[in-house]
Amino acid sequence: MNKTARRIVGTDLSCPGATPCDRPARELRIFCDQVWAILWKDVRCELRNKQAWTSMGLFALLVLVIFNFAFDLRVDNKVAVAPGALWVAFIFASLLGLGRTIAIEREQGPMDRLLLCPVDRRAIYLAKLLGNVLFIGVVEIVALPVFAALFDVPLGVGALLPIVLFGTLGIATIGTLFSAIAAATRARELLLPLLVFPLIVPVVIAAVRATGDLLAPALNEPPWLGLIIAFDVIFLSVSTLLFQYVIEE
Amino acid sequence: MNGTSSIMHGDRTVVNSNTVNMQGSAIEIHGLKKSFGLKPILRGIDLTLLKGERMALLGANGTGKTTLLRILAGLTRPNAGSVSIEGLDSEQYAQQTRHLVGFVAHQPYLYEELTALENLLFFARMYTVANPQERARELLQRVGLERRTHERVSTFSRGQLQRLSWARALLHVPHLLLLDEADTGLDQQGHELINALLAEHTAHNGSTLFTTHQLERALADSDKIVLLSGGHVTYQGETKALTLDTLQQIYREVTQ
Repeated sequence: MNKTARRIVGTDLSCPGATPCDRPARELRIFCDQVWAILWKDVRCELRNKQAWTSMGLFALLVLVIFNFAFDLRVDNKVAVAPGALWVAFIFASLLGLGRTIAIEREQGPMDRLLLCPVDRRAIYLAKLLGNVLFIGVVEIVALPVFAALFDVPLGVGALLPIVLFGTLGIATIGTLFSAIAAATRARELLLPLLVFPLIVPVVIAAVRATGDLLAPALNEPPWLGLIIAFDVIFLSVSTLLFQYVIEE
Repeated sequence: MNGTSSIMHGDRTVVNSNTVNMQGSAIEIHGLKKSFGLKPILRGIDLTLLKGERMALLGANGTGKTTLLRILAGLTRPNAGSVSIEGLDSEQYAQQTRHLVGFVAHQPYLYEELTALENLLFFARMYTVANPQERARELLQRVGLERRTHERVSTFSRGQLQRLSWARALLHVPHLLLLDEADTGLDQQGHELINALLAEHTAHNGSTLFTTHQLERALADSDKIVLLSGGHVTYQGETKALTLDTLQQIYREVTQ
């Protein structure tokens, strides 16, 4: 590293009296601070805009209501239908909101506002991912009681929470990466579901089966939650590495 | 035209006006090429800007001025060639070079849903600026927007957006300012303000590369003038050797 590089790195990442050993800790602190700043900015923009929250929430409720009328919900088939209806509502609503955090950036060109800044591209990805998980999570919190009431199923919140959390993380992980790809195209609304649906199939199957298992426990079922977590880890690792190549020209 | 500058035609070999010490250069560009699809925009640019110098980049529409500035700002990747900013290769040290650069363009690069102060605080965190509150408020006052500190950017006029954009670009005290027709939408007071900001920047040994279509402005505000045409540097020379008539003549000649 030449003299200027050392000076700049020193200016940003060091403080008087700091030892070289402190550098990774300081880099991590800056990384976390930038993730938090981008997340805070996205949440604030969305709270003032409200478009995504409202449309996602209403859409999830509508799907649940329509499924409730469309299926014959007798006691014996309710358990078979309800988990699928819940996750279809979550996925459809998610797809409405997934493009938002990236769309905010694309309003003035291809993410130039963030790309101008000396911010780690992985920090941008993580912030956008957390934003999407948060937006989808809020919609799920609204939709879950409605689901329980319409389908008349007992919800064990403690057991359902990790399934919803990790299932949502899986959808958002893939969705965030592909919304960045889709946002660069004209047919972004069409392209996003086409790219995301096939890839989230393993997570959706596992989430539906895990939710069904909660409503009617069965013997010899695979560890569905473990499978969701495994997919999350794989998706998260790959997406974090690929994101910078997707957003940079 | 003096002996150190030349109009370049034919294979357009670039004649640099100075023998440059690497340590003294703000920008060093060698053999820079960029195409969009099959259309070449920059066909081999060689350019040097010394620290503390102001360079005006002139050329007709579509000659690659904005593309060149975007490459220097780290927003676009070149297909070939090398760019170094203050001795740092912009590919190898991309994050470090972004710390050195402030970019003002037609687009303000601000978030409309946030207030003026929130925008500056956000970018201050991105650039890890020390004392962000103090610095943001100081700049808002400097660009004459202190009364609109807590108002959303979506309510700002074009000129106010441009002023705030200048504040954003100066937040981290950049060594190099890249200005892509950065005076767009500014009134007379706004022009005076950016002249004062540029003078301060230069007084602190900051370098400036700016594009403009106004030859008078190029003559008044630069130490060097560069003309782009057909993706090549077709002229570069020192401003002090030029008059408006000479520049107009050169401009007509190289852009034909």
